[in-house]
Amino acid sequence: MSTALTFLELTPPSRTVRVEFDGQPLDLPLGANLAAALMVAGVHTLRKTPVSGAPRGAFCMMGACFDCLVDIDGVTRQACMQQVTEGLVIRRTKTAGQNDAS
Amino acid sequence: MMQVDLIVIGAGPAGMAGARLAADAGLTVAILDEQHRAGGQIYRDVDIVASARGDILGKDYTDGLHLTRALAHDNIRHIAGATVWIIEEGTRVGYLQAGGAHVVTGKRILIATGALERPMPLPGWTLPGVMTAGAGQILLKQSGVLPAQAVLVGAGPLLYLIASQMVRAGHPPLALIETQTRAHSLRAARHLPNALRGWRYLVKGLSMIRTLRQAGVQRFTAASEIAVEGEGRAEAVSFTVSGKRHRLICQTVLLHHGVVPNTQMARALDIPHHWDAAQHCFVPKRDDWGRSPQTSVFLAGDGTGISGAKAAALEGQIAALDIATDLGAMAADQRDAQAAILRRAKSVELAARPFLDAAYPPFAGALAPADDTIICRCEEVRAGDIRACATLGCTGPNQTKAFSRAGMGPCQGRYCGLTVTELLAQANGKTYDETGAYRVRAPIKPVTLGELSKMTTQTNESERHD
Ligand code: FES
Repeated sequence: MSTALTFLELTPPSRTVRVEFDGQPLDLPLGANLAAALMVAGVHTLRKTPVSGAPRGAFCMMGACFDCLVDIDGVTRQACMQQVTEGLVIRRTKTAGQNDAS
Repeated sequence: MMQVDLIVIGAGPAGMAGARLAADAGLTVAILDEQHRAGGQIYRDVDIVASARGDILGKDYTDGLHLTRALAHDNIRHIAGATVWIIEEGTRVGYLQAGGAHVVTGKRILIATGALERPMPLPGWTLPGVMTAGAGQILLKQSGVLPAQAVLVGAGPLLYLIASQMVRAGHPPLALIETQTRAHSLRAARHLPNALRGWRYLVKGLSMIRTLRQAGVQRFTAASEIAVEGEGRAEAVSFTVSGKRHRLICQTVLLHHGVVPNTQMARALDIPHHWDAAQHCFVPKRDDWGRSPQTSVFLAGDGTGISGAKAAALEGQIAALDIATDLGAMAADQRDAQAAILRRAKSVELAARPFLDAAYPPFAGALAPADDTIICRCEEVRAGDIRACATLGCTGPNQTKAFSRAGMGPCQGRYCGLTVTELLAQANGKTYDETGAYRVRAPIKPVTLGELSKMTTQTNESERHD
C-alpha cells in the first residue's frame, strides 16, 4: 500500500463503513464498487498469481478478466462485481482456482 | 421456474431497446444482467450518476437514461446481478443471483452481451496500475474515481473520450501515447466521403481532440516498442517515436486499441463465427434480423460486430420486431415498415465506422508481441510458448490450450483468445478462419458447487410471468 494519491474521488463519500482487508481495517464508502474503493484506499495489489506469485490489480472492471479475485468470507469473488457492505472480511486469495469464483 | 416469451441477456443499449420494443408489442420479457443496475458498460449506472456527473460524462452518456427508464414496463422483468452460466436447447437459461442458482425459460432468446476491450499484450501489461481504458471509464462513471497520474496508450476514439472527460473533471491525463500512423490516416482518407454521412461522429472526435489540445495534454503518435515498467506496479511507460526512445513516469496506464465482440455466449451455443477483416475480430453468424442459425436465438449490438451504442439499440429493436412477428404478436408488414425506418437510421450510425476502423487499427506490436510477453494473463503463458506450440504442429487454439494452458484460467480465454488465434495464424501462415477460436463450454462463467446445490428448480407459480 502507498500513501501517494493514485486515485481521486470527485465527490467525497457520504457514509463509510469499516471492512477488513488482509487483517487491516479500512473505511470504505457504503455501497461503492469494492475494487474501486480499494484502489482509492491505496490497495493496488488485490492478489498474487498462483503460477508465479506476481502481483495483480483490477484490470477490466467489468467482470471479464478475473484479475480482481479476492476471498470474501471464504468464497473467491470478483472485487469489481461486489458492493461494499459493513464488516466485509476480505483476504488476498491463496490460489485462484478456475472453478472457485463467480 | 419463470417462463417468459423473450429472454434478453445483457441490459446494455441493444438489450434494453429490444426488451422495450418486444414488451410494447405485447411479449413478456425477462432481461438478465450481471450488473446491479441497467445500462451496460456504456451507460453504466446512468440512473444514479447522470445527475451527479452528467456534465463531465457528456450527453452521449446521459442519453442512456431514455433506455434505462424504458425498462419500467409491466411486461418487463429486469433481473439484476444475474450471471448467466448456461443456456440449454436455446430456450432455458441458467443464472446465478445472490449466491443461488435459478432457471428461466423463454420462447426466444436475444443475446446482447456487448463488447470487450481488444487484448493488448505489451511488456508489463499485467502490473497493478495497468487497466483497460474501458475500466478507466467505468471507474469514472460508476464510482466518480479518476487516476491522478495517468498515461493513455493505444488508438481510437475511446481514448479521446476518456481523456476529454478527465480534462472536464479537472484532472487531465499526463499524455496520450497513440499508435496510429500517417499511413493509417492516408488509408482511412478514402473512406472519408462516405463517412461524412456520419459527420456527427467526426465532429465529436475533432472537438475532443481540440479539448485535449487546449488543456495542453501531450500527444505522441505512431508510437512503437511500448512497454510498461515498474517493480510490483506500473511506474512508467517507455516507447519509441521516430527512432527516439521516450519514458514517461506515471502511476496508472490505461490501454485501448479498440473493442471486440464478446462472443462467449454465442460460442457456447455453437453458433458459427467468421473473421471480419475490417474489424479484425470474429463475428457470429446471423441474418438481417439478428437471428442465428439456431432459430430461437437472436443476437444484437456490439456482440455481433462493433457499431456503437446508438446502432446497438437499433439492432436490438430490429431483432425484437422479428421476434414479435415470430411469436404472432405483430403482422409481417408492420414489422417490415418499422424495420425499414430503423435500418435507415442504422446506416447513418454506421457511416463513419469504416473510416474509424482504418484510421485507428489495432496496434501492430500487440498483435505480434515479443516471445517473452505474457499473452494469457491467467496462466501467465507467453507469446513464445504459443509460437513453440505452432512449431510442434498445433494449428488451432484448442490444441495450444492443452499444451500451454493458455485459456484454461478463470477468464476462460476472454483476454487471450484473439491473441492466440493471431499468433497461430501468423506462425502457421494460415487464415484466421482456418485457425479458429477457443471452443466455449458451460459454465460460461465459473460457478461454485455451493451455488449449484442451491439451485431453485421447482416451478413457482407466483413467478410465472404471463
Ligand atoms: S477487474 Fe476484471 S474481473 Fe474484476
